[in-house]
Amino acid sequence: MANTGTKGDKVFQAIVFAAALSIILIVAAVIAVMYQSAVPSMERFGIGFLFGREWKPAQEEFGALPFIFGTVTSSVIALILSIPISLGIAIFLVEQAPKKIARPIAFMVELLAAIPSVVYGLWGIFVLAPLIREYIGPFLQASLGFLPLFQGRITGIGMLTAGIILALMITPIITSVVRDVLEAVPHTQREAALALGATKWETTMIVLGNAASGIAGAVVLGLGRAVGETMAVTMVIGNSPQIAASLFEPANTIASLLAANFAEATDEIYMSALIEIGLVLFLVTFMVNAFAKLLIMSVARKTNSAKHA
Amino acid sequence: MESKISVKNLDFFYGSNQALYDISLEIPEREVIAFIGPSGCGKSTFLRTLNRMNDTIAIARVDGSVVIDGRNIYAPGTDVVALRRKVGMVFQKSNPFPKSIFENVAYGIRINGIHSNKADLEERVEKALRNAALWDEVKDRLNSSAFGLSGGQQQRLCIARALAVQPEVVLMDEPASALDPIATQKIEELVVELKRDYTIVIVTHNMQQAARVSDRTAFFMLGKLVEFNPTQKMFTNPDEKLTEDYITGRFG
Amino acid sequence: MTTKTINSIDRRRVVNMIMTSLTAVCAVFAIAVLVAILGYIGVRGISSLSIEFLTDTPKPVGEGGGIGNSILGSAIMTLLAAFLGLPVGIAAGVYLAEFGRNWFGNTVRFVADTLIGVPSIIIGIFVYTLVVLPMGRQSGFAGGLALAIIMIPIVARTTEEMISLVPNSMREGALALGAPQWRVTWNIVLPAAASGIATGAMLAIARVTGETAPLLFTALNSRFYNYYLDQPMSSLTVQIYNYATGPFEVEHAMAWAATLLLVGLILVINILVRFFTRKKF
Repeated sequence: MANTGTKGDKVFQAIVFAAALSIILIVAAVIAVMYQSAVPSMERFGIGFLFGREWKPAQEEFGALPFIFGTVTSSVIALILSIPISLGIAIFLVEQAPKKIARPIAFMVELLAAIPSVVYGLWGIFVLAPLIREYIGPFLQASLGFLPLFQGRITGIGMLTAGIILALMITPIITSVVRDVLEAVPHTQREAALALGATKWETTMIVLGNAASGIAGAVVLGLGRAVGETMAVTMVIGNSPQIAASLFEPANTIASLLAANFAEATDEIYMSALIEIGLVLFLVTFMVNAFAKLLIMSVARKTNSAKHA
Repeated sequence: MESKISVKNLDFFYGSNQALYDISLEIPEREVIAFIGPSGCGKSTFLRTLNRMNDTIAIARVDGSVVIDGRNIYAPGTDVVALRRKVGMVFQKSNPFPKSIFENVAYGIRINGIHSNKADLEERVEKALRNAALWDEVKDRLNSSAFGLSGGQQQRLCIARALAVQPEVVLMDEPASALDPIATQKIEELVVELKRDYTIVIVTHNMQQAARVSDRTAFFMLGKLVEFNPTQKMFTNPDEKLTEDYITGRFG
Repeated sequence: MTTKTINSIDRRRVVNMIMTSLTAVCAVFAIAVLVAILGYIGVRGISSLSIEFLTDTPKPVGEGGGIGNSILGSAIMTLLAAFLGLPVGIAAGVYLAEFGRNWFGNTVRFVADTLIGVPSIIIGIFVYTLVVLPMGRQSGFAGGLALAIIMIPIVARTTEEMISLVPNSMREGALALGAPQWRVTWNIVLPAAASGIATGAMLAIARVTGETAPLLFTALNSRFYNYYLDQPMSSLTVQIYNYATGPFEVEHAMAWAATLLLVGLILVINILVRFFTRKKF
């Protein structure tokens, strides 16, 4: 830190330092407050809380497994759908489209990220859910109905709808990070491949090889968003704490459990259980995001060292 | 004189800025041709017109013709991928892929499907590395990352990578400018060695280097070809006053 | 050239063509989704928009009513969030840009980035336990506070980015005149970065205006015009959620109309920011 010795400098530095410190304090406080509120539930249910399959607040029976299952499954569906599309968009924008076309398209993709979650939920209920009930669901059932994943009644509200909505929501996020990562790959790598007689696509594969860990970071970041996404999922997943084989069945996620039930949790143990599961969500998303950041940072370091080599 | 590359009335534009004016020149087979001139004179731009590397710049435009082995590479329908395989390129800064030493050299062989089997692939990689005078230094660590090599070794690796696809012409864009004198010397020896099998065009800002390695030298200034003559003549008795001024260091 | 090589070149060309077209298809798909979402909002929303809808309070189903109180609530809580969150966020950004090249700065940067990705409902729970429980009821203040906490790391990072765009020569010029560091930052660096910081702030405001989850149990909702920060407060987003998940057709229509308003506002901010930043850089 600069040591200029004047009083004004010290005051100024103290103020901005306090502001920076507040960010760390917020995170520390969130953990402390939630931990404290979660203690009754932890003491009563122990580690079995995470593996219990029954969630019956009236009987004071709290098992988090259906929500963990729902969170993981909906996020995995979202990633499976979103990864190829996001990569495709990013490759198109960075490697193929002329700047004049790429810019407006990139902006439109950014706008997708600016649309609030509750709006995706609204659209999901009234546009996507009927679409799945009438067309996508029956089509999947007709072609892949031998799999338990696509059996049973199709209401349009359930795991698959949540997964698709999540995919739409995380696509702009993954796309944007992958774009940055691809743009950071030195142009000389593309020239090297082209000069060897590589086609456009083969050159793109070299670029992707350069960007691999950054792309992994983008995907992990998208996973973090999918895991924590709340409103849109709450509105289309059906909020049913069950572990079903079929993707057409309603399910529930940790975040949507909290959104739908926190306000009505009146007795202490119910609220404590909800906060404990919220703490799990917080810690998981925090770690997922930290991991994503590390992966993305490693790309920045690598391309820098390649530049200096 | 048997021409490998024949350039006629070539103009080059970046958008509305003209970078090259009416260049015509004949490059004979299996010789080393050096391009010299002050920075910004267009020598690198011209080099990159010979394998259409400027295609990657959206606003670039070319008039005139570049005929290689009797074919105008700017004629419509030209297969740029095949062209670049025939006209290899080594860049100013070494740019190995983030792969092993072996895979760097094998890359071009693989995508072009040149090899018949694994043993053949290994043979071709070894031959390319030997041609680039790098084999002895890397033969024990072919599977380690190319980034572990020194700057000079990386550049020779890039040369090996270019040679592995069996080009007929190798373009080199100031290949030694980022290297120390010893590594530079190795590259220069290599260039002289390679002209037995390849036609080599090398851009350099170092006039001594041009004098040491090349058979002919082209002097560019402000986008124009001022003089193109055998190197011996250029450096002893140039036709143009401008060339003499430049070579004797009267301007920089 | 052997036949094998020729075939392989043909195959490579086909692969190249297929894959490059597929990436274009992906881009078209993204645009189609955007058009489908915005188009639906426009078509379904426009029919319910009226002066009465924009100014009235909710009424029992079938008697009309509007979202005036929700608009007011969103405005109050967003302003409160800006009032609380912007100074802290900007100051933290100044720290990161001007003094943050050390382990503490790196830690703050890292924590801020990860905090941005933490689900906003967690912040709602945090504020609920910290403010709502002790106060004994939900309030506009709690809602605004939750939004402020969400804003802080976002604003801090964009501020840092904008300040680091200020050329170092400007700082050095002022320091060479004998100005103390804080004067350089206050009088030279911040004004130079001001428009960038402002656009970052606008984007953060747009982001929290669209937040629902942190308001669900902090501000709750209200059926009346409410100017008091210690009372439950309605917001556009929570109202949209309630209307959308309810059983009544007329309420669904009101959800679309409220969404048109909300998304329109957010898009206008984003497009304006885009327009101004492009002009500048």
